[in-house]
Amino acid sequence: MHEGALYEVEDRGGEGARLVLSGPYLVSTIGAVDQDLRGIERELAVIDLSGVSEIDTVGAWIASSLAARHGAQITGASERAQRLLKAVGQLGEGAEIRPERVPVYLRFPSEVGAIVRELGSGFVGIVGFLGQILVAALGIVRHPSRFRGRALVRQMELVGVSSLPIIGLMSFLIGIVIAQQGAVQLAQFGAETLTINLVGRITLRELGVLMTAIMVAGRSGSAFAAQLGTMKLTEEVDAMRTIGISPIEALVIPRILAAVVMMPLLGFFASCIAIVGGAVIGDLMLGIPFFTFLSRIQEVVPLYDLYVGLAKAPVFGLIVALTGCYQGLQVQGNSEQVGLKTTKAVVQAIFMVIVLDAFFAVFFTEIGWG
Amino acid sequence: MGMSEDESEREARGLGRYERFRGDHPIVVEGLVNRFGEQTIHEDLSLTVNRGEILGVVGGSGTGKSVLMRSIIGLQTPDAGDIEVFGRSITDAEPDENLGLRNRWGVLFQGGALFSTLTVGENVEVPLKQFYPEIEPDLLHEIARYKVVLSGLPEDAVSKYPSELSGGMRKRAGLARALALDPELLFLDEPTAGLDPIGAAKFDRLTRELQQTLGLTVFLITHDLDTLYEICDRVAVLADRRVIAVGTIPELLETDHPWIDEYFNGPRGRAARDSKQRQSDAETMDNPPPGGA
Repeated sequence: MHEGALYEVEDRGGEGARLVLSGPYLVSTIGAVDQDLRGIERELAVIDLSGVSEIDTVGAWIASSLAARHGAQITGASERAQRLLKAVGQLGEGAEIRPERVPVYLRFPSEVGAIVRELGSGFVGIVGFLGQILVAALGIVRHPSRFRGRALVRQMELVGVSSLPIIGLMSFLIGIVIAQQGAVQLAQFGAETLTINLVGRITLRELGVLMTAIMVAGRSGSAFAAQLGTMKLTEEVDAMRTIGISPIEALVIPRILAAVVMMPLLGFFASCIAIVGGAVIGDLMLGIPFFTFLSRIQEVVPLYDLYVGLAKAPVFGLIVALTGCYQGLQVQGNSEQVGLKTTKAVVQAIFMVIVLDAFFAVFFTEIGWG
Repeated sequence: MGMSEDESEREARGLGRYERFRGDHPIVVEGLVNRFGEQTIHEDLSLTVNRGEILGVVGGSGTGKSVLMRSIIGLQTPDAGDIEVFGRSITDAEPDENLGLRNRWGVLFQGGALFSTLTVGENVEVPLKQFYPEIEPDLLHEIARYKVVLSGLPEDAVSKYPSELSGGMRKRAGLARALALDPELLFLDEPTAGLDPIGAAKFDRLTRELQQTLGLTVFLITHDLDTLYEICDRVAVLADRRVIAVGTIPELLETDHPWIDEYFNGPRGRAARDSKQRQSDAETMDNPPPGGA
């Protein structure tokens, strides 16, 4: 057991009270007496430190701020205490440790306003970014030697080849779900064979590309944002600029090109695997032989369904890569930003992809590719 | 009034004792061996730090100065040897183990290592809240403020984020956090690296002043020859995987190890020595010491 910090207020008649501190006045012991000392309402004339066994800057701070508040004299300070008292000195009217929070009734509208403004400036920013990329791309067309072929191949591998297993697995399962659920519903009309139409058309036209775009946004869009964001924090991007390498040419264009090129391939791959998944269910549940299912696809799916899917894919790829790179380059200041911007990149990319997909659906139906 | 606390509860919270360390050697390293894979960093390294001194630690790049510091503060488990801090062996401690020592030392990492999502003031409050949750917010904020001022920053720096500070200010903020718990032992890893000469000289003076005022023992890793001449009581030289010499600079100069000779007698070493010489000459002329000593 150990004694903690103690204090005692002695009355001295008309002269004002005397505060006697004793025991250790350290950061480890001060918590017990701090509030009590602050609460002393009597006028203190003298603060006696002669009984203090150990003191550190926290103890000295307490003594000196008490003395300042009561206009009291400090007596009996050891040599060490005197040094510490001098060192901690006095503070002015303190700045806030954390900048003051705005009251709720103001904060809510101000945050809504900030979000709206950010939406606007984000849109302007991303359009400007697209413009920068087009200018840089034109520059590369004029000087093809500046084109970074190896970076492009590397990104194509990361975006495309390495995502084949996960996209394949996902598509296979989606094919199974569509075929199985479709068959259950269609069986009520005795139209199980239409399952083939359902699986073939929906995967080639919509789901293959859409699900792939979502997967690529989660896998590669986030990676783009995190990579570029970290490079921004470690000043690699600035270092590139000073050497005369344009970060847009070196970092952004290979990534965007890779996504634009790989998306149609991945989308087509996804649709094919989904059809295989559907065919497996057809074979097991509906009694349609596997290869019959596949050859029927050729007959029931119009070729323009494939074109619809393939036309959308590069646009989705562009959106995913663009938001990823844009958000990555917006990182500033600290490591928390990398996480925030990465999240934003993925959310924005998926949202934009789905919105655009809706527009595409209406558009292609209107032009007669329904 | 006041209250006494159960010793076991203090143990549980990872707190050391109330008393300051009274022994002579707060750090004793004996036969330290550190290896990374095939590479041996330290081989039978021994070093004793005296209480109340500023010990400078120098050595070429890659001689394991930082590894030595990390071993002493328990971030790196050595392959062999014994390390005692405040008379307690920490050799077998795990990096996150509750040592009962961590509130008794402060560490300034090379880049400051401030928590980037917290303001400077909040950074200083982190160790206080961790070890002394009973301290009320009022006092906590006051402590953070005077520590920041004590470290030579303007008071309004408490509300700034590390990204808003210059490199020198970040080091000072790191120092404020290292001093948050009023430690007895302060570890500084290249505190003046990356500072301009004026800022570096000020930081040296600050280190000296704080060491004297707060009665600190300072373990200071540096490449800065001016720092060595200005504020270090003794200097330990790391080379050939061990501490090849410890002593005051004149003592070191008498050893004839080639590295030490090159280090202190190279152009930079001579310049630092000359400037120190000129400075102390000037001081002697301004106020002649009594008795002519």
